[in-house]
Amino acid sequence: MIQQTREAGKRPPSSAAAIGWNAGQFVIAALGLVVVIGLMWLGFLYLRGTKTASIANALIAIIWGVGGVAALITVTNLLIESLPNIWRGRLLPFLFFLPGVGILFLFLTIPTLITLYQSFYNSDSSEFVGLQNYIATFTDRSMLESFRNNLIWLFLGTGFCVGFGLLIAVLADRSKFEVVAKAIIFLPMAISLVGASVIWRFMYAYAPADQPQIGVQNALLAAFGIPPQSWLTLQPWNNLFLVVVMIWGSTGFCMVLFSSALKGVPADLLEAARVDGATEVQAFFRIIIPYIQGTILTVTTTTAIGTLKIFDVVYVMTGGQYGTSVVGTEFYRQFFTNRNFGYGAAIAIVLFIAISPVLVYNLRQLQSQEGF
Amino acid sequence: MRSKKFPLLFLATIASLILAACGGSTATVPAATQAPAAAATTAPEAPAEATTAPAEATTAPAEATTAPASGSAAGATDYSKIGKELADAFAGTYKGTTVSLAHGLSGDEEVKFKATFEDFQEKTGIIINLVPAGNTPEAISVKVQSGTIEDIVNFPQPGLMATYATQGKIIDLNTVINQDWLKQNYNQGFIDTNTVPGADGAPILGGVFERINFKSAVWYPKKAFDEAGYTVPTTWEEQQALMDNIVKDGDTPWCIGIESAGATGWPATDWVEDIMLRTTSLENYDKWTKGDLAFTSPEVKNAFKILTDIWFNDEYVYGGRTAIATTNFGDAPTPMLQDPPKCWMHRQGTFITSFFERNKPGVAAGVDYDFYYLPPIDPQYGKPVLFAGDLFSMFNDRPEVRALIQYFTTYESIQPWIKLGGGAISPHKNAVLSDYTTDLERKAAQTILDADSARFDGSDLMAGEVGSGTFWKGVTDYISGSANEDQALETMQSGWANVKK
Amino acid sequence: MATMAKVNTGSARRNRVVASILVNGVLALICLVWLVPLLGLLVSSFRERADIVSSGWWTVLPHQEYVNTTQVQLTRGLPLDQPIEVEGVALTDDQLRAGYSLPDGRRLIWANRRARLVNVQTQQWLTNANFTLSNYQNVLLGQQYTYALADGTTRTEQGENMSKAFINSITVTIPATVIPILLAAFAAYAFAWMRFPGRKIMFAMVVGLLVIPGQVALIPLLRAFSGLQINGTFLALWLVHTGFGLSLAIYLLYNYISGLPREILESAFIDGATPFTIFTRLILPLSVPALASFAIFQFMWVWNDYLNALIFLGTGPESQVVTIKLAQMIGSRGQDWHLLTAGGFISMLLPLAVFFALQRYFVRGLLAGSVKG
Repeated sequence: MIQQTREAGKRPPSSAAAIGWNAGQFVIAALGLVVVIGLMWLGFLYLRGTKTASIANALIAIIWGVGGVAALITVTNLLIESLPNIWRGRLLPFLFFLPGVGILFLFLTIPTLITLYQSFYNSDSSEFVGLQNYIATFTDRSMLESFRNNLIWLFLGTGFCVGFGLLIAVLADRSKFEVVAKAIIFLPMAISLVGASVIWRFMYAYAPADQPQIGVQNALLAAFGIPPQSWLTLQPWNNLFLVVVMIWGSTGFCMVLFSSALKGVPADLLEAARVDGATEVQAFFRIIIPYIQGTILTVTTTTAIGTLKIFDVVYVMTGGQYGTSVVGTEFYRQFFTNRNFGYGAAIAIVLFIAISPVLVYNLRQLQSQEGF
Repeated sequence: MRSKKFPLLFLATIASLILAACGGSTATVPAATQAPAAAATTAPEAPAEATTAPAEATTAPAEATTAPASGSAAGATDYSKIGKELADAFAGTYKGTTVSLAHGLSGDEEVKFKATFEDFQEKTGIIINLVPAGNTPEAISVKVQSGTIEDIVNFPQPGLMATYATQGKIIDLNTVINQDWLKQNYNQGFIDTNTVPGADGAPILGGVFERINFKSAVWYPKKAFDEAGYTVPTTWEEQQALMDNIVKDGDTPWCIGIESAGATGWPATDWVEDIMLRTTSLENYDKWTKGDLAFTSPEVKNAFKILTDIWFNDEYVYGGRTAIATTNFGDAPTPMLQDPPKCWMHRQGTFITSFFERNKPGVAAGVDYDFYYLPPIDPQYGKPVLFAGDLFSMFNDRPEVRALIQYFTTYESIQPWIKLGGGAISPHKNAVLSDYTTDLERKAAQTILDADSARFDGSDLMAGEVGSGTFWKGVTDYISGSANEDQALETMQSGWANVKK
Repeated sequence: MATMAKVNTGSARRNRVVASILVNGVLALICLVWLVPLLGLLVSSFRERADIVSSGWWTVLPHQEYVNTTQVQLTRGLPLDQPIEVEGVALTDDQLRAGYSLPDGRRLIWANRRARLVNVQTQQWLTNANFTLSNYQNVLLGQQYTYALADGTTRTEQGENMSKAFINSITVTIPATVIPILLAAFAAYAFAWMRFPGRKIMFAMVVGLLVIPGQVALIPLLRAFSGLQINGTFLALWLVHTGFGLSLAIYLLYNYISGLPREILESAFIDGATPFTIFTRLILPLSVPALASFAIFQFMWVWNDYLNALIFLGTGPESQVVTIKLAQMIGSRGQDWHLLTAGGFISMLLPLAVFFALQRYFVRGLLAGSVKG
């Protein structure tokens, strides 16, 4: 804030906006704002009445959404820029973050606060029960099992996804077949989970020894004369087989982000290192890694959060049975099967608390980010 | 990794449908009731009508759905006896109004379901807006909580409906439908099953059955079975002897599979329920489904012992215990249809035939496969039948909605489906047996009529925490060997602790 | 000197070749591992359901399998607890069950034990290449349901084809991808380069919300939407996806935008540019790779979303999206799950096309020239 005004103050007087109150611009911008809001309201009414799909409606929606936001921000920006310096510096940041953060607040923060409230109440939120739901969360046998499994997911899932993602991104970056290779790794992301569940059925399927195996893994065993295994009920290893599904599906996410970050590593920097005689491996650790560490943090954070709330893979493959339940499936079970909103809410809040170390680390990074 | 966040979560639901769904919904779908005494009264009517209907069916072929229906059954149905609104509706009073109805059907079942409304819409002018709500509990749950629920909801099980009744969201159908008519056209058991505590704790009628499913069926490869010289058992001793005979002949009696993704375990609960009905009194069964008889009680333990004797005997189960836990319920019976059969018996609801035909195209009902009624175990409990079924509950009270829900209490409401065949049995006493398209379905309907007693699938009557929670979990733990019997039963029982708070 | 240099470039070229082989080799291996599961789906999508469940998908490739050549009928009722004489060898029942290999490579195995029928098999190279397009036909053109009526006639219902669902999905996906990106880019810029009160708390909120399961928001949102009377419209679904996608979008874009070289922005400021001009002229163009990668993800998630579409848009034929259409096809009990093989591929096409289309924005050198060292 202070920094912001200081920056503004540094600006050369040639900047017209810096002179101060600009009444003419203010009036025009204010009028523009009214017009834009009016148009957006009309667009809203039109879209509200739209129940049929067509490309035309999609285009109108894009124009309404993107154009509307852009126009809104542009005219508001004009409005703010017409204000005296001090106000300009104070208001501008809000112009930028308020639309996004505001929607986020409406769509997720408020529901989260409701969840927090529910977590202190009984199943249909009619009676205050204090910490009872939280106590249950940490004493219930199946919850404890879920916590154990989530740790497996957290470390193996995150480790392999981020590791493979980085490895593939780096290799692809040096390969002539970059696009093809990346597309292949990306493919599992594009397929819906519905499809993925069928895919892994063909990998893990089990049939009694005298039936033909339709699962690849058991067919391989059979080729070596080993009796077939029922992979998904083989405790505790079945958790690993589920993690494999997630690694297969989510490595593409890490890869795409790393890949785009790698493109930002200045080529001359690498060239200079090579001229200095650094090996590829050295260049990787000394230049690439430090350069993309921000991305590594981001990707690790999102992947770790993804593993903490993992639900889909487990639910589809085993339904959380056979010792594979995770916090996500337990939440779902309480929230929808049992309709125990209090307990389900408590689980969601516990997840929220569980990521606080990640949160703190990210905030520290934010702190170190310089602004204007 | 938003994938892990929202949308993919939801995708999971789809997936659940897909793999699981099978079990998820339908499995979760059973019905329980009391068809017994009624059998005596309905029996005489049914055959009589049976003789007339086919004749009509031939004369009015394409329009079979409507014409014969009104001819044989509706002629006898005086709508004003059911409710004022239904009579008004057929008089055209509500022409142009719309009733929305949420259901979980898809595929060919959805097509048949749609067909059941053609006649009603045409004659009353009421527009029925069918809303598929998916096969998982979220959509209904979210819509009810936010007050955007459809007028009528098709529940696959009373347990689900009961929750909303307790929350006061469901309208008491006793105030909507003439009680005399209900008693006249349903067995008391069907009414009792849907009578649940309302918001104030007083019992309300939460829904009415429109179609049911027969669950106590043991499927067998008829041709090979006859060639092998086996005979259909009618007592438990004969059943045991048959199993031992098959083993002696070097084969495996049973095919069993309980995998169903998110709903894994449900086929096992059906077995337990069928055994419970045959080894203890109806009173105990009812107490058990209400949570008043513990899973750890001797009655349930006894049922588990009988289950264990079959399931954990690797000579009796194709592929042994491992196969039970990992085989999808839909694929489980496929080895039975091979030539020669790899197993000879498969206990499952009548819906399973759709999997027979898909996994082994060309198999013919009544020739390659057939079913017999799972024999009584302890003769003193007679011949009980296990059901599943779909019921309809009313969330919004408008005259046209009343009319439709009243209509569901008549056989005419399900007749078009029956005539298309597959997957539905009418729970109505004014049903016409001859309408069923296959002998198999007729036999299922007849078996229900002949049963001494009938009960809805117990796991679907129990509260969700137990019936589709700890019951499944305990049973899978037990089968996969990660819990012994006592631990498993305690797990199952533990679900009630959360319910009764 | 000159020769030295030549030697150097020679060995450098050799090194490059080795490195290239290594890089491409490892990459190919990983890709292969990634492809195997997908290959199973692809092959299965061209097979009949009965084949899918009765033999592995790899059997479409040439493989060795025992094939029946002749059958030997033994005496009916022949006792099985004694050695059984077949083709001149005495075998036990167990050997005949498991299959007994004769020295000449033939195998003896029960065909029907009860009928005392023995198969004589030889190993042959086979391909189960019995391909069909029926899965694709069913998914694309709609399933056909045929019912036998009581009078012996049949009634056929043709399900709806996929085109409507595709258009619906596109209608949902494009706005739901583009709108959040723009909003997120603005916010990410503010978090990265502006100072304002509450910045830390709001950033913590953005990251923290990543972990909140979206399901907790369904009920409050549905309530709000029915108040606004936008339930069951595309608008509702666009808003939901925008809201749910924003926290990840802001977080990812923040990471990228905050990593842009400070010098560029500084010099722009000195030249008198306003934050808004800097955003439109500098930040947006420079962030294209990040915008493209988030667009890819958001597109896929929205495209593959099922539950939000189910709840906020509904399932009527007029508005159902591809995922819902597929779920409907599979049947209430999942009996037609094999259609997902073809369905999976069909629904994957568009996200893949988007990937390829946006892939070209991942280019090196956007910052070239603007960064010193």
